[in-house]
Amino acid sequence: MPLSRRRFLLASGVTGAAAVAAGAGAVSWDVLHDAATRRPLADGTGILVIVTLYGGNDGLDTLVPIEDPAYRTARGDLAAAAQDVHPLADGLALAPALSGLAGLWNAGRLAVVSGVGYPEPDHSHFRSMAIWQSASPRAASTSGWIGRWLDATATRTGSSGGDPLLALAIGPTLPPLLVGEHAVGAAVPTGQFAAPGGRAGELLRTLYRPDPADSPLRARVARSGADMFTVAGALGPVLADTPERAAGTSGQLEGAAPGGGDSGAAGGAGDDGGDGGDGGELGVQLDVVARAIAAGVPTRVYSVSLGGFDTHAAESGTHARLLGELDAALTRFDRALAAGPRAGAVTTMVYSEFGRRVVPNASGGTDHGTAGPVLILGHPVRGGCFGEQPSLTALDDGDLRVTTDFRSVYATLLEGVLGTEADVVLGSDARLPRLAFV
Amino acid sequence: MALATASGPAATTPGRVSPPTPAEERAPAEGRAALALLFRRAGFGARPDELDAAEKAGFEATVDSLLRARDRPDPAAVAPPDLDREADHRPPDLADKAARAAYAKGLRERTEALIGWWLRRMVATADPVTEKLTLFWHGHFATSIQKVRSPALMLAQNEILRRVGRGRFDELTLAVAQDPAMLLWLDAGRNVRANANENFARELMELFTLGIGAYGETDVREAARAFTGWRADRSGRFTVLARQHDSGTKTVLGHTGNLGGEDVIDLVTHASASPRWVCSRLWSRYAAPVAPGDPAIAGLLAAYGPGLDTGAALRAMLLAPGLRATAGQLVVPPVEYVVGVLRALRLAVPEPGAAAGAGAAGAAAPSRLIAVLRGLGQVPFVPPSVGGWPAGGAWLTTAASLTRTRFATAVTGLADLSAVADVPPGERVDAAARLLSVPAWSTRTRDALSAARDDPRQLVTLALLAPEYVVT
Repeated sequence: MPLSRRRFLLASGVTGAAAVAAGAGAVSWDVLHDAATRRPLADGTGILVIVTLYGGNDGLDTLVPIEDPAYRTARGDLAAAAQDVHPLADGLALAPALSGLAGLWNAGRLAVVSGVGYPEPDHSHFRSMAIWQSASPRAASTSGWIGRWLDATATRTGSSGGDPLLALAIGPTLPPLLVGEHAVGAAVPTGQFAAPGGRAGELLRTLYRPDPADSPLRARVARSGADMFTVAGALGPVLADTPERAAGTSGQLEGAAPGGGDSGAAGGAGDDGGDGGDGGELGVQLDVVARAIAAGVPTRVYSVSLGGFDTHAAESGTHARLLGELDAALTRFDRALAAGPRAGAVTTMVYSEFGRRVVPNASGGTDHGTAGPVLILGHPVRGGCFGEQPSLTALDDGDLRVTTDFRSVYATLLEGVLGTEADVVLGSDARLPRLAFV
Repeated sequence: MALATASGPAATTPGRVSPPTPAEERAPAEGRAALALLFRRAGFGARPDELDAAEKAGFEATVDSLLRARDRPDPAAVAPPDLDREADHRPPDLADKAARAAYAKGLRERTEALIGWWLRRMVATADPVTEKLTLFWHGHFATSIQKVRSPALMLAQNEILRRVGRGRFDELTLAVAQDPAMLLWLDAGRNVRANANENFARELMELFTLGIGAYGETDVREAARAFTGWRADRSGRFTVLARQHDSGTKTVLGHTGNLGGEDVIDLVTHASASPRWVCSRLWSRYAAPVAPGDPAIAGLLAAYGPGLDTGAALRAMLLAPGLRATAGQLVVPPVEYVVGVLRALRLAVPEPGAAAGAGAAGAAAPSRLIAVLRGLGQVPFVPPSVGGWPAGGAWLTTAASLTRTRFATAVTGLADLSAVADVPPGERVDAAARLLSVPAWSTRTRDALSAARDDPRQLVTLALLAPEYVVT
């Protein structure tokens, strides 16, 4: 079934951003107009791009333990052929559809972290994604991990509600990972983004002033309305010549919808020929990110996503298509960055809420599993294999054992890319070991 | 029509000759505010004349009248589009590019026709309670056409939700589970004895009937075995394929035996955790977000009772004393927002074939509404996942603000705004409150609307975008 970021908002319990209620200080249009020009990101400032794969990506069909004899035995018909995969190191290989990523590996810009997960794995999409996005495996949290970084940054800079431009989600909804207790990221569409100007704009800015009588949610309407002007000021020029794809109806009912594209049947969304090798919907999202980075928009974290990884049935065709879309989008993004001056500052992380069961079910698919690989890409990345590939024979009730805690990955990125003490986001969990990929 | 008083935070009853005493003023205004909230929560909001009538009838009589609307003829209950199930089948030759393109185009057109039909019905219906409840169940048993790929099957599921949605929950769950759309959606139709597929069994427990924590991993795996062999034949009739059904002994929620799928649905819907789960879902979407253990749902639970009576739970919810206290705690979800705006402005969704895109009238055309709903994050028949749509603050993003602004600007250009335009400028801010059944504007909103009082369209556009209208 298609899974997208929207799905997880409800069940995650991430409601945070009480601060949104408190109301942002009135933002002046003149000050924030075209933030990219007025206060561009300083050269060399680290940027993190987070790619969420919704639905539970099959790690064993992404990072393939091709030299392990148990792999073919366990996977049967779903096992990739040795001559089709892209060998890396340590007996691991990339799935056949990931040819672009294989090129990044050869260039030393791809790190793979094996067996990533959290203690006491949960097989629910919602619970598991909530844990990944909140970085709080034990207790339900009302804030996302990047949201807490936004909180900490807002506190440091003394702005009550934070800067909505600091973290951006591409698409209509905001993933819980960008929601803090006080500060919150902004969502921008992949189409054009121009806030109303003139008299209408003035009236709307009056309408969206904070009012002490507002309930928390009403305050949030006002806040998101006011942020519309901030974000449009910074990103309007960036998005001005994007094709108005999001506003049209064509394609949206088919695989191009955010979180969509899932199909139990072979062929899937390819029927309307919508993907066209441009990396599909994820490619469109990453195009926006590449443009924003090139323009110097003062954003440190971007969130994009691809859904449809819940491959309970007829997995081979569907998963190959999804990996192909991921591969095309990421290599295109790498090329776009390489053409600009900021490639050396951008690190991309790709993760999913869980991997899948080792042994396929009888519908040619796989059920919900546990540990999976995390991919880290970019010019600042030290390429290679990190972590320990879980055993295919020493299983927990049919599932892979977690060998790397996901918070080790987060702590490494917080320090190595965002230049923040990990404990402000992860608390005592920040004591987990760092990885050497950046 | 104008309000009798042009100032003051609360709207008062129109038509008064002498100024009311403070006590008199508060009581009817409170009553009207409670009724306005009732209409927004039970359906898609009230028009001024509906609120006037409701004020005369009283709260409980209004609840009963709203619930009984389904027994009266509904001129808006128009026949659904003629959806040819046969046309939903893929072309046999996948190498035939022209056939594939025609198939994809046809699927897109029929899907748009289906969504347009439901939006048109929600906007025009005399029975909004049923349509909103159908939308609730669609979010609860969330099924997407992206995988089902058949508008005809999605329509059939929609009609089950509408027909059984106020009956017994176990019957509803069983009807949905054995319907082809769900069988396709969660792979139950591919679940075979050799190695069971857990997809349906897991979501049945986690999302549809029990909630996380009320079952274990073993229950999921055992229940999946009970559903092996469930199929829909080509004509859409439910059947159990005996040779693919696992007739061994299973244990689900402590009950052991040769359980079949019907047994499992009976067990999970009657398990002690299930009523709390179902009633908390109802309260969360109609009143305010709650956890299954919240005392706010006690009245619903009593009404739901051992008969799993969802209709009784709905009535208890609308009459619950705590409902009024939840004002300001629900973001109106995008479909309800768009439908509510069109109803308030007395706009209809054009029939298929009507001159689409002709000037401003195009703003309410299905294709345009679908684009708006996509920008806001909620397209009927295309939920993001089996978990349904998010709620609350998740709808309130900068991107959604922009889409909402464009939509409100477009539809006010289409509507007859004489209810606001025909009163003196000094009374228009209150007239807009009355038009939209908003009990009171905040000082901030009043300032913004007052600044636009010489331009009724601008004023109503702002009113549709005001925090007091977007959050109910």
